Amino acid sequence: MVSCEPIARLVEAFNKLPGIGPKSAQRLAYYLLRRPDEEAKALADALISLKEKISLCSVCFNITTIDCDPCHICQDKERDHSRICVVERPSDILPLERTGKYKGVYHVLHGVVKPAQGIGPEDLKTKELLSRLKNNSVTEVILATNPNLEGETTAMYLRRIILPLGIHITRLARGLPFGADLEYADDMTLGQALESRQEF
Amino acid sequence: MSTARNYQTQAVIIKQIKFSEVDKILIIYTPEFGKLKAIAKGAYRPKSKLGGNVEPLTHSLMMLARGRNFDIVTQSQTIDGFTTLKNDLWHTSCGLYIVDLIDSFTVENDKNPPLFNLLIDALHHLCQTDDSETILRYFELHFLHHLGYQPQLHQCVACNSPLIPVVNFFSFSQGGVLCPNCSNKEAAPYPLSVDALKILRLWQNSDYATARRVKIKPKLSSQLRQVMQNYINHLLQREVKSMIWLQKLRESAEAEIHR
Repeated sequence: MVSCEPIARLVEAFNKLPGIGPKSAQRLAYYLLRRPDEEAKALADALISLKEKISLCSVCFNITTIDCDPCHICQDKERDHSRICVVERPSDILPLERTGKYKGVYHVLHGVVKPAQGIGPEDLKTKELLSRLKNNSVTEVILATNPNLEGETTAMYLRRIILPLGIHITRLARGLPFGADLEYADDMTLGQALESRQEF
Repeated sequence: MSTARNYQTQAVIIKQIKFSEVDKILIIYTPEFGKLKAIAKGAYRPKSKLGGNVEPLTHSLMMLARGRNFDIVTQSQTIDGFTTLKNDLWHTSCGLYIVDLIDSFTVENDKNPPLFNLLIDALHHLCQTDDSETILRYFELHFLHHLGYQPQLHQCVACNSPLIPVVNFFSFSQGGVLCPNCSNKEAAPYPLSVDALKILRLWQNSDYATARRVKIKPKLSSQLRQVMQNYINHLLQREVKSMIWLQKLRESAEAEIHR
């Protein structure tokens, strides 16, 4: 079907989004066409401000607005600035904040070490982390990269470069998730759950 | 290849690619079918039954169902998670290099059971000993043998004359050793000392238990590494990225020793 140019452009743009195929892209475009003008304008405005008003925090590299740098977490005097939790992506901060149990600050690496793809520590915010650790009175670094092979490789590398600074390094505990089934747990998870068992 | 709707196979997970929010595509190496791509649905969910059983560098017993684009992993049970290897940065990186080589050199559905056994053995050895450089060189040599790229180490690849115990030269383009006379015609021959040639021959013709008995000095080890890795890069016509990562780790470890 030949559609007019503005629709074709929008379909093409939607099609580039993850999980959106050509059919879904077309459906979304025609849906927006039917909606009131204000709704479409609000979406367009939200998209533009996403790129124009968002930047990375100059301290922790979390996502922040350009008029709020450092981000609200780094500016918060109530938080414990001697404790840094290192995460892979900005989206990892949200679940940690939701727990309400962590009152320290963060550092976002923006990726993990992937040797087979040629992604090394120099492609991540590791240099920035090191200079942050050297300049400030940090007492603990919590390595909260994902508990998979790439996350572990990154954590082990970070441990190696942070160790000479004499800072206490911790790693998020690994074990069985709530609601899991022992029968299906893999050896590594179950082994670590056993090793880190606690008094009950 | 079997045409049954469901089939069971041993597999080593050599790579994973995030496919959607919760699904991952696995590149696995199996004894019966060689390299395969399969989808592990829901593997990123915290309570997934596949979860840690489908992480790279894991030897698993898998049940797969035939799918239209990818076969689907329906069950996976870990045979060996190589946990000792995964608890150390250097050994993990060696393991990643080994599976990267397998991924780079093999094509899908080309079975090679001896190569599968070599892969399993190499990962086991990495868990058991600290002599990872010998394990890697031994793996590289036998890996090339199983793929048909075994270097000729006994006679000159150009004139077929037996090699004499002097400094000979390795030709990456001809896949073997050149005698000093023939090396003049080669564009960039790589000098190979008498000891290096002896070690390569021993490793090529022996099992791992014999190969590991030889104690190699760092200078010779570095020479052996360079000749094997240049040959691999030449065959692949590109650099193996995980090899570069290993080199960076080696250099930073050496820098720490000299500090």
